[in-house]
Order: sequence, then structure tokens, then C-alpha cells
Amino acid sequence: MLRHWLRKTRYGAQAAVLAALGSGVAFASGPQATPSIFAPASTPAAQINSVAYFVLEITGAIFFVVAGLLTYVLIRYRARDTDDNSEPAQIYGSNQVELAWTVIPVLIVVVLFLTTARMIFAIQDAPKPKSALDVTVVGHQFWWEYRYPDLGIVAANELHVPLSSKDSPKPTFLKLLSADVDHSYWVPQLSGKIDLIPNHPNELWIDPLQPGLYYGQCAQFCGVEHAKMLLRVYVDTPEEFAAWVKNQQQPGVQDPSVAAGRRVFETQACMNCHAVRGTAATGRFGPDLTHLMSRDTIASGVAPNTKENLRQWIKDPDSFKPGSLMPAMQLNDEQLDQLTAYLATLK
Amino acid sequence: MADSTFPNPAAPIHGALDLTPPALGRRTLLEILHSWIVTVDHKKLGLLYVLYGTFFMLVGGAEAIAIRIQLARPNNHFLSPQVYNRFFTMHGTTMVFLVGMTIIFGFGNYLVPLMIGARDMAFPRLNAFSFWVTAFGGLLLYYSFLGGSGLYGVGNAPDVGWFAYAPLTARAFSPGHATDYWAIALIVTGFGTVGTALNIVATAFCMRCKGMTLMRMPLFVWVMVVDSALTLITITPLTAAQIMLLIDRYLGGHFFDTQAGGSALAWIHFFWIFGHPEVYVLVLPAFAIANEVIPTFSRKAIFGYPAMVAASVGIAFVSLGVWAHHMFTVGMTSASNAFFTLSTMIVGIPTGIKIFNWLATMWGGRIRFTTSMLFLIAFVFQFLIAGLTGIMLSVSPWDWQLHNSYFVIAHFHYVLVGAIITAIFGGMYYWFPKATGRMLDETLGKWHFWLFTIGFHVTFDVMHIPGILGMPRSIYTYEANRGWGTLNMIVSIGGIIQGIAVLIFLWNIIVSLRSGKEAGNDPWDAWTLEWATSSPPPDYNFATEPVVGSRRPLWDLKHPEDPDWKYEA
Repeated sequence: MLRHWLRKTRYGAQAAVLAALGSGVAFASGPQATPSIFAPASTPAAQINSVAYFVLEITGAIFFVVAGLLTYVLIRYRARDTDDNSEPAQIYGSNQVELAWTVIPVLIVVVLFLTTARMIFAIQDAPKPKSALDVTVVGHQFWWEYRYPDLGIVAANELHVPLSSKDSPKPTFLKLLSADVDHSYWVPQLSGKIDLIPNHPNELWIDPLQPGLYYGQCAQFCGVEHAKMLLRVYVDTPEEFAAWVKNQQQPGVQDPSVAAGRRVFETQACMNCHAVRGTAATGRFGPDLTHLMSRDTIASGVAPNTKENLRQWIKDPDSFKPGSLMPAMQLNDEQLDQLTAYLATLK
Repeated sequence: MADSTFPNPAAPIHGALDLTPPALGRRTLLEILHSWIVTVDHKKLGLLYVLYGTFFMLVGGAEAIAIRIQLARPNNHFLSPQVYNRFFTMHGTTMVFLVGMTIIFGFGNYLVPLMIGARDMAFPRLNAFSFWVTAFGGLLLYYSFLGGSGLYGVGNAPDVGWFAYAPLTARAFSPGHATDYWAIALIVTGFGTVGTALNIVATAFCMRCKGMTLMRMPLFVWVMVVDSALTLITITPLTAAQIMLLIDRYLGGHFFDTQAGGSALAWIHFFWIFGHPEVYVLVLPAFAIANEVIPTFSRKAIFGYPAMVAASVGIAFVSLGVWAHHMFTVGMTSASNAFFTLSTMIVGIPTGIKIFNWLATMWGGRIRFTTSMLFLIAFVFQFLIAGLTGIMLSVSPWDWQLHNSYFVIAHFHYVLVGAIITAIFGGMYYWFPKATGRMLDETLGKWHFWLFTIGFHVTFDVMHIPGILGMPRSIYTYEANRGWGTLNMIVSIGGIIQGIAVLIFLWNIIVSLRSGKEAGNDPWDAWTLEWATSSPPPDYNFATEPVVGSRRPLWDLKHPEDPDWKYEA
């Protein structure tokens, strides 16, 4: 475990060195199961990583100096059995010394602040290139809604973004909104976090340089199932992304063999909250299910998207996510089977 | 050179010692209880504060242990998510408002009048009122476990986090009355806190004995004055915000009701305008304790007294302008982020001055490693680390990663446990003899110290790592494949070690109260006025008003050949 972590730290150290040398791509980490902030895979995360190492070096140096002094003082000036009963010399202070240990920290603060300020502006005010993809993220108790305004796509819980590269940058700019309470968007390998606050739109950008699946989760307490509001960001190659977009733009599959299940969906309360494009179901409170089966997981990353899990989720959402806002609809076994069969066609 | 208008301080302090024999005859239990309930004596109220805080420390500690058991393994089912959320909310609220605030004001209450040679606080009845109101607020908070459910079922308590971000606290998202109990309990304890803060400021400014100019006040008193002034400023926005929240919930207000156009951000600002200075309200008394204990056991006067006063005032002042470093992720402008980065880093300067002055005080001394001193040494070391991780968090881009992660949890527990609780333990070993007339047992004390400090480091050193590895706070469980499991197990084990250490401390108190060594008036050979009277001091503290000629009146008394007032500017 520790070794694992140290290895990651070494990546980070390399990144810091490279960044300090001003060389181009200062990070090579691909996606990892443990989403360490020291394994950046996107420019903002790498920039944070480099400033983090700089600050670590300075604070580390301060620590060794002061802790060293403390250790020295404790050993050197400990009371000894050989001491006589007299008191040590009383020294009341020294203005020169006070001045010295005021001025030195001031200088350190100046250096730290200027370095930090530069990075704040570099990341936060980075210009948005024309090639950028826009995605609107809406936080809900306890799931994520993704809207691609230019592509006409509404998805949920699993964000797909294109791979970016040095030569053809394709960053993704996220606009973050909330439908209910405060949430926070944090995928450590891709960028720092930013909160989703009602009535207060925020922005975040990433330009992932390694394809794969990146993990994160909601980082602002948002209610009972805050812990199970997981984030999954799929960084697709251009071909994969184009294929994904094409599929997502289709309306829901209309398969007559599962008409019974669709009837359950549309006559029970499902469609009050869920939408399937191309059908009567246009609910907005829950995730859009038009392409449910294109997702690897259900319930915001909580369980693999298998037929068994889907059936169990519909039957009793609390068995996966106690306190989730999806109600158990009290369907009988036949209805559950029909409904699951219908949902399984929504590729 | 001191001015020579003050008489030789030695003689009047002799008269301060009360030599009348104690009244004979045992009182009944009822009489004793009655005397504690109706008391307006600052010492009894101080002890009540400390006892009350210690009781809730056990409650909050039990909640912490339950939280740690739940988090020891991924996908654990020890606590349900609902119960977990209540526990972490109650743990935070309890430790800040019912433990930290009460114990520090207990110390202030007990020691400020004694140290300035006064017979009581400026407003003894207000003092009693403040304590009982605070105590009632705590009971109200915990009554929510029974009564917070309202009409919505049984078993409820606040579950919105101790920061209670809007709009999660709106009735739409938090039905029932648990949130109301939380808000009202904090308003009520706030009244008590403001009363005590007012009292301490008034006492220090108006009740000092003859010869004690402001620049001769013990640093403990100075820091408590600064602390109380800061309290007066910070509690107000919290109370205002709680009232607005209740107006939203019951009178149809829209301050924080985002669905009607209210501002969630406004709550966050209000909360941290209170919340950040609150951290300093809690940590300043730890400095105050260090300012007394470190010189005594180094056998030297505090180094740089005026600088320490200035640094305390500076910290308090700057701390009022740093609140939005809790808000780097809410989406402020880059200029605001830069401003709050700078202001936060600036706090490090006066704080650094304090650490250096403590080191310089020890430098050239003869350090006695009593349990009390060991705790204060650990305090300096741990506060250094807490300060450095604070600098890391002030770097707003890095904070975008670290904010709300376990790194932050580790950082602020380093402050709250590693600095504040550790210093409070040191202070308890130091002043327990004064308050009870008995020494705390040093052997048990060493066990307490080493187990607590080792447990602390096992828990909170390791806790930084899962934060770096992406683990956010306030989660009742986590995915098994994230690689956080082993680390969390270690953190939990450290928590249990600390729990055992606290139980040893309680045992030490019980044993020492019954059969501890007699303390005498001045067991540590110390220099401030509280050691000039008997242990425990009589109701009126000093039989005659002492007259002092320097910052260390008892030093002058013990070393007439080389008194301080010759050197103090």
C-alpha cells in the first residue's frame, strides 16, 4: 500500500521537476484506481501538482529547521541531576532577534504568495479555445446529470469526454449547476474540485491526456447518500468519442418484444422522474434512461449495470443506497421482469 | 527600568496568603450540591465549565470512536448512513461548542481573576448566568436525539454537518426539528459565550490589582482578553445566521432558500466569518497555557513579552480577514482567491513569532520534563506541523485538490487535538494542584501523555494520506478498490489508543483527588499571582489585595536580590 503510494509520489516528483524545467508535458500518469492528486493526468491537475511540490519543499525546509531547533533545545537545555539549585540566566527578549524572525517569514510569504497567485490566474482564467467541448453538469441528490448543449445529448453519472493532446487540444469546459443542495465536483487526477451551488453557476476545465476511466466523487456533504455520489469520467479516443456521441444522439430503442415492460414504465410512476427520448416518458427528477445500457454502472457508480442489479435496484433501491430518493415502487415479480427486460433494450 | 513609584512588591504579597483555619464540620451532599448550583464564585464556575466540557469530551469522543469503527473497513455496516451523518454532525458541534469553548472559558474563568490579583470576575452573576445558559444549550442540542424527530419518526439528531451548508438545512431537505434544535442550541450557547467573553474583558481591564499595568499582565490574561474580544466579534454573525435560518424555516424567509432566489453562498460566508476566527478563539487559549507552562518548566521568563502580546493581537486581527479560505472551491473570482491566499499566509507570521519565542524561552533554560511540560512540548511540535499544513491549504490551487478531503480533516484535528486538546491537558496537569490542593499522579500522567501522543500521531499523521489519495470528508463509507482501506484501519486503531489514554487521565483524576500528594501553595516554583494563595484558593482568593511591581511578582519575592522590575522596560 505504502509502496504503491510512494511510487505514485515519484511520478509527482518527476512532474514537479519537469514543470520546474519548463518542459512541455510534465505528467504521464494514466487513470488509477486510487485517484491520487500526485498522479495528474490533465493540465490543471499537473499545474496544481507542481505548485504543491514547491510548497512542500518550502514547508518541509521550515519543518526541519524548527523541529531541529526544538530537538536541540530539549536535549541541550534539559535539567540535569548535576544542576545546582540556582535559576538559569533570565533573558527577557531581544528586538533584533524578534525582527529577524519576523522578516524571514515575511519574505517566505512573499515568495509563496507570488508563486500561488501566478498559478491561480493560470488555471482559473485560462482562455477557452474554440476547440473546447461544453458540458453542463447538474448535481442532484445523489447523482450527476450531464448535458452536452452543442451535441443535444443528455446523459447521467458517467461523463464521456474526448482525449486532448498537446498538438490538438480538446479541453472540456464544465459548467456546474445544482438542482437542489450544494455538491462538489472532484476528480483528483484531472483537476481540483469546484462546488455546485444553486443559483451560482461555476466553471471547471480539464484536458485529459491519457485515455481511460478516472474516478472521483462528490466532495461537499449533500445529504444522506453523499458517500455514494460517485464520479466516473471516461476519456475516450476521438473515434470512441465520436461513436459514443452518435449513439447518444439517437432516440430510445423501440423494441416491440418488450412492449409489456414499456407499458409498466409508462403506467407506473417511473416516467414521472425518468425520461426516455422518443417516448411519452419525459420526467426530469431522475437520470435520463434513453441510453441506460450504454453505462457501466447504475445508481451513480454504486453497482455494475447488470440485469440482476438493475432488477434489484428497481425492487429495493435502499438495498444499494439507503436513503436514495428513488422510491421502491412495490412492483410484483412479473412487472419487475418485464420492466428490466425493457430497460435492457435501451442501449 | 521600572518606575519607582511602586513599593517593593514583596511585602503585600505575603499578606495575600490567607492564614485563617478552614471551617470545621462536614456539609451534607445536598448542601454541597446546592452550593455549586447557586455559586457565583469564578473558581467554582470555572471548574463547572471544565467538568461540563470534559463530560462532553467523552460523549464527542464516543461519537468519534463510532465513526472510526464505521470507517475502519470499506463498505462497513456498523452505522447506517443516517446515523453516521448524525454522529459526525454531533461530533463536530459537540467538540467545538460544548468541549472547546467551555473548557477554554473554564480556564479563563478560573485563572484570570487569580492571575490579576482580583477577588472575582467583574460580573459574578452574569458569570453564573453564562455558564448555566451554555449548559442548557448543550442539553438542548442532545435532547434532539429524543425530540428532534417531531412528527417524522423516532430517533433523530442534526445531520447536516457542523457547517450546515444551506440549502441542505431548508425544510425541503431537512424536515423534522433536528436542524431547529441545532440552530437554537447554538444561539443559546452563544449567549453564554458572549456573556463570559464580556466578563473576561471587563475583569482584565477593571479588576487588576495595584501595580499591574496592562504590560505587566501575565500573558495568559493578555491572550484570554484578545480571545474574548475575538469571541465577541465572531459569535454575532453565527447567531445572526442562525436566526435567519430559523426565519427561513418558519416565517417564510428566503435568506438561504435557493428555490425562492435565496443565496446558499451567503450562508457559507456567514458561517466562516464566524467559523474561521472561531478556530483562533479555540487555539489562542492553548497559546495562553503555553505562555505560562513553558517559562515555568524552562525556569526562564517568557522571551519577548511585548512581541507575544503584539503577535496575539495580530493573529486575532488578521484572523478576521481570512474566512474565505474555506471557500476557495465555491467559485470566487481569481482576485478574491489571491486575496484570501495572501491574508491566510500572513497569519503564519505572528504565529511563527510565537513558536520562535517559545523556543527562545526554552533556550538556555533548565527544562523540567513534567507531564505538563511534555504536553506543551508536544503542543509546540504539533502546532508547527498544523501550521505548515495550514500554509499548504492556503495555496488556493492546491486547496482545490485538498479542500473537503481527509487532508483537511487531518489538518484541523492537528490544530484541535494536537494543539488545543494537548495544551489543555498540559494546563490541567499544571493547575490541577492549584484547584484541588492535590498533585496529579506523574506516573499515570506519563502513561497518559505517551499513549495519547502516540495515538494522536498514528491517527492524524496517517489521516493526511487518504485525503491526498482522493478521499473526501463526510462519507459514511467508501469503495473497496480505492486503496484507502488499510490507511483508515490504522487511523481507527490510533483513535482507540487515544481513547485509552483519556480513560487513564480520568482514572488519574479520580485517584489523585482521593489520595494525591499534597500540592502546597506553589508546587512548581512558579511566578504568577495564583501561586501566592493557598491551594485551593479561598472564596475571596486573596486576603488583602496584592501589589505587584513586575510581570513575575513571585519571582521578585523569591529573588529580592535580582527582581524583574529592574529589567522590564
